Amino acid sequence: MRRPLEWQIATVKAIAQETAQVKTITLALPGWTAHRAGQHYDVRLTAADGYQAQRSYSIASPPERPGELDLTVERIPDGEVSPYLHDVLVVGDAVEVRGPVGGYFVWEASSGGPLLLVAGGSGVVPLMAMLRHRAAAGANVPARLLYSSRTLEDVIYRQELEALASPDGLEVFHTLTRGQPKGWTGYARRIDQPMLAEVSGPLGTAALAFICGPTALVETTASALVQLGLPQERVRTERFGPTGT
Amino acid sequence: MSQKFVSRGFTGKRERAGAQAGRVPPGQHLVSDFPVLSAGPTPRTDLARWTFTIDGLVTAPVSWTWADFQRLPAQEFVKDISCVTKWTKLDTRWRGVSVDTLFEHVELDPRAVALVASCDGGYTTNLLLSDAVNGQAFVAYEYDGKPLAPEHGGPARLVVPHLYFWKSAKWVRGLRLVNKDAPGFWESLGYHIRGDPWKEQRYTDD
Repeated sequence: MRRPLEWQIATVKAIAQETAQVKTITLALPGWTAHRAGQHYDVRLTAADGYQAQRSYSIASPPERPGELDLTVERIPDGEVSPYLHDVLVVGDAVEVRGPVGGYFVWEASSGGPLLLVAGGSGVVPLMAMLRHRAAAGANVPARLLYSSRTLEDVIYRQELEALASPDGLEVFHTLTRGQPKGWTGYARRIDQPMLAEVSGPLGTAALAFICGPTALVETTASALVQLGLPQERVRTERFGPTGT
Repeated sequence: MSQKFVSRGFTGKRERAGAQAGRVPPGQHLVSDFPVLSAGPTPRTDLARWTFTIDGLVTAPVSWTWADFQRLPAQEFVKDISCVTKWTKLDTRWRGVSVDTLFEHVELDPRAVALVASCDGGYTTNLLLSDAVNGQAFVAYEYDGKPLAPEHGGPARLVVPHLYFWKSAKWVRGLRLVNKDAPGFWESLGYHIRGDPWKEQRYTDD
């Protein structure tokens, strides 16, 4: 059934700056297999003397792009792997990876909905894979994304999210916790239960929820959604933070 | 092919120097915080309704209330832990009851070769009996001198420090003895059936 997850040498096809601290790295994989949106890849770096370091990164791209995938990586200043990926890696470089990994925090068009996505910071990455897959697969399940960022400049995929949004399909709600531009009409506080009630309300308690972000955001959101009536088995969580780098 | 591969320009942080060398399994890196990972919402169980049960292939099942469980002989233990998401934390300090102590209260059927830990929230994980006895596994209810926090698995979690930490099931409520080592939650979703960090048994066929 499954093939073993073997290490393979991918080639960097493109690198895009998303925000000041976030880049998307497009890899071409010789042993590409279709992933499920929400899964991740392991990246392994090897020094000349054999020293190795590994981290996991969520796949940002949908499975509808055979042969390649995007990893969106936040640079963690005191990290070991993300500074290398940000500061050293260039197009044409080789990177050892294996995946796709993870079987619970995944959404496929066949999983249905309605879909409630809640992200904090770079926790948006696996959720973006779900939204891109939703669009690429032509799925029309109602979807709502509540996305918490520090400032507008820290919002990853801002323009693409705007383009994907439509009143009868995907609705995107931003909250900016550290600073808001003049005339900001979105939320301006940390995610809390009233905010979640407003955003999730129209989807009802049959929503399938995926939450990814720092621990405090995930804990608050998951507890609040259960209190709002979502069955706990419909609330799936993944953590993102400096330790995951 | 991977053996000769070198990442251009990578030197690494070399955090495994000195006394810590030899304590960090392959592919892992050290952390000083205590990351929280779980697949769903954190369950909140009223201690008045909490029980811990051993059943399955035992002559007679046994069940403890929270108060009964607190009266079982407990021990403090300090262990290094490794999560499959690649962090390792050294010298974590716990207090709890060893599985050996729990097993003194039941008679195991000779056919029992493995156990399934079941938890609030529906999580399960499997362990070979040989990985659960002889001081290798505990049901812990204190971390670092304080009651175990809910997000870390409180009121009580399994702690099996010699295996990847997904085996150390949070919010554990019981152990069922079984005659076959069958995959639990993560073990059914692509993760290794046993999960020895020193053999880097992360995924199913590692």
